[in-house]
Amino acid sequence: MLKLLASRLLQMIFIMGVISLILFAIFDSDKFKKQIAVNELGGFAVSALSDQNYQAWLEKKGLHVPFYERYLNWAGGVARGDFGKSFEKNESVAGLLATRLANTGLLAFWVFALMIPLSLLFGVIAGMREGSFQDRLTSFISVFTTSLPEIATAIILTVIFALGLRWVPSNAAMVNGWDWRALVLPVLTLVLYDFGYVARMTRASMAEVMGSQYIRTAVLKGLPYRRVIMRHALRNALIAPFTIIVLQLNWLLSGVVVVEVFFQYAGFGKLLLDAALYGDIYVIQAATLVAVFVAVLSQIVSDVGYTFLNPRIRFT
Amino acid sequence: MTAAEIALQPALPLRLRIRQADSIVALLLLMWIPLTLYVMFGSYLGATLKNIVLLPAIPATIALYLIAVTSWRESPVAVIGATLVFFWLFVAVSAPYLPLIDPNRPIAPFAEIGAFKKDHWFLLGADFKGRDMLSRNLWGCQRVLVWGVSATLVAYAIGAFFGLIAGYLGGWWDQAISLVCNIFLSFPVMVLFILILNYLGPSGFNIVIAVTFASAPAIMRIVRGLTLDTKSRDYIFAAQTRGEHPLRIMIFELLPNARGPIIVDACLRLGYTTVAITTLTFLGLGLQPPDPDWGLMIKESTKVAMVWKFSYMLLIPALSVSSLILGFNLLADGLREMSLRD
Repeated sequence: MLKLLASRLLQMIFIMGVISLILFAIFDSDKFKKQIAVNELGGFAVSALSDQNYQAWLEKKGLHVPFYERYLNWAGGVARGDFGKSFEKNESVAGLLATRLANTGLLAFWVFALMIPLSLLFGVIAGMREGSFQDRLTSFISVFTTSLPEIATAIILTVIFALGLRWVPSNAAMVNGWDWRALVLPVLTLVLYDFGYVARMTRASMAEVMGSQYIRTAVLKGLPYRRVIMRHALRNALIAPFTIIVLQLNWLLSGVVVVEVFFQYAGFGKLLLDAALYGDIYVIQAATLVAVFVAVLSQIVSDVGYTFLNPRIRFT
Repeated sequence: MTAAEIALQPALPLRLRIRQADSIVALLLLMWIPLTLYVMFGSYLGATLKNIVLLPAIPATIALYLIAVTSWRESPVAVIGATLVFFWLFVAVSAPYLPLIDPNRPIAPFAEIGAFKKDHWFLLGADFKGRDMLSRNLWGCQRVLVWGVSATLVAYAIGAFFGLIAGYLGGWWDQAISLVCNIFLSFPVMVLFILILNYLGPSGFNIVIAVTFASAPAIMRIVRGLTLDTKSRDYIFAAQTRGEHPLRIMIFELLPNARGPIIVDACLRLGYTTVAITTLTFLGLGLQPPDPDWGLMIKESTKVAMVWKFSYMLLIPALSVSSLILGFNLLADGLREMSLRD
């Protein structure tokens, strides 16, 4: 077990190292240095810039240093907890990333707090009797909601609840301070999209357990149906959904980009997109590494958690 | 015919087996090649050729739809899915011949649904530049469909190739390919899209590359698993004994026998790719203006249409893209159901 954990963690560190090196190499090209210059000074100013002045600008930004030296400096900084400085916003990447991650974390917390009970409830009820009315209803709802992409769900919810009924604001930029109502639509969008998938997986797992011999035995013994479900079926039926729910973290990090951009919520996804469009290399580096870290960590947690919950599985 | 009877039939020679599916493949090509030519290379075609190139695709699409409906009639879910998908395919191939006005011509800005302005009846209203929404929406499906399907096809070709190699050859090949795939799979998909498209620049061809990088590793895993499963069958040993080349075994023996799960996954993946293209265009990393497509319509409207009165500008493309994705998903569901029943 420990050996498995250690090898997975080592693999993760290796992957993150490779990715950071590739990203550095990509964003070190002249094209991207020019892109930063255009974004900061304006296109006209850059085209009017003499070669010498451009070199001076590069030097001021610390971009003239050769690639490997810059990478080593950066890697050394990361080891000390210093992620460099954003070109666009002129503040330390660590601080910027921390606030944005906290915002996205809050969003993610509410998404999971709503999505987990909802999808488990629907999935279990549907899986209890295969082919019953509630089963078909749940299948229908989940196919339908997963078919709506986040962008479409966001639009439909905005049009109904923000523009039509005017219950909640249509954007979550929160320029006038914190407002919980602005968070309603982004959370609902993500919940609606993800709910269907988890519910279907729960249903499949529940249906499989309900068809097994020990449940039949428990029913034939004359145990109350409620007790069969709560005591016998759920324990096994919820193992598979657990791993799937943990893996949703990975999905959330991509889904959050669209939703944050659409609702203009100052979170991690928007930071990443803005940084990528600006060519803000240190922010992109840090954000990508965080994303990969979360994704790989969730995979490890789901694998390890699965072996704990289901002792029949043993990794060798 | 039961499975046992099929198994008892004498094996047809490879050439004949392929010829059975010939007519469907021919129809698919007849529909697909003109559409791709029209959308990807329209500017090189010349005016006369561009006017007629889509004509043969229209009967091909209708014929394919009829074949699909008759052969899948046991599963209503698949028929509904096929109807949705073929509706948009039909619109895509017939858009130049439908009585629509030029989707890029500005006429009456902010004309509402059903308004009659400047000698034109706006059935679905007009957008903020005064372009007809009905026309833009129907033309918009061309680019989404062509780029989405091409991207999925390329991703499948590459992913399946590496999956076959990793699964069939095993050993070092497997180790190396799996390692590279693990690196790509540890990215959240959208992060990978943003990084690749930002590096290559936004365009349709670069979307194909980005989708390939994002989906091929997952496809490789599926095909690798299926290959490992089929590798130990007798007919593979027979082919090996005949001394067939490994490449021939992979493509003509392994791949056709693993096609069931692959087709279902491909339908789902078509849905994902459609979502990805729409989303990327919305984020400004995908297809470029002025030609209409759904993501672009959403992107342009979010800046100006955030009021109840003009919300149709957002709703129409959003519902269109959802219906196409719903079609792909229902098709996948129905096909899976049918393959489980056999």
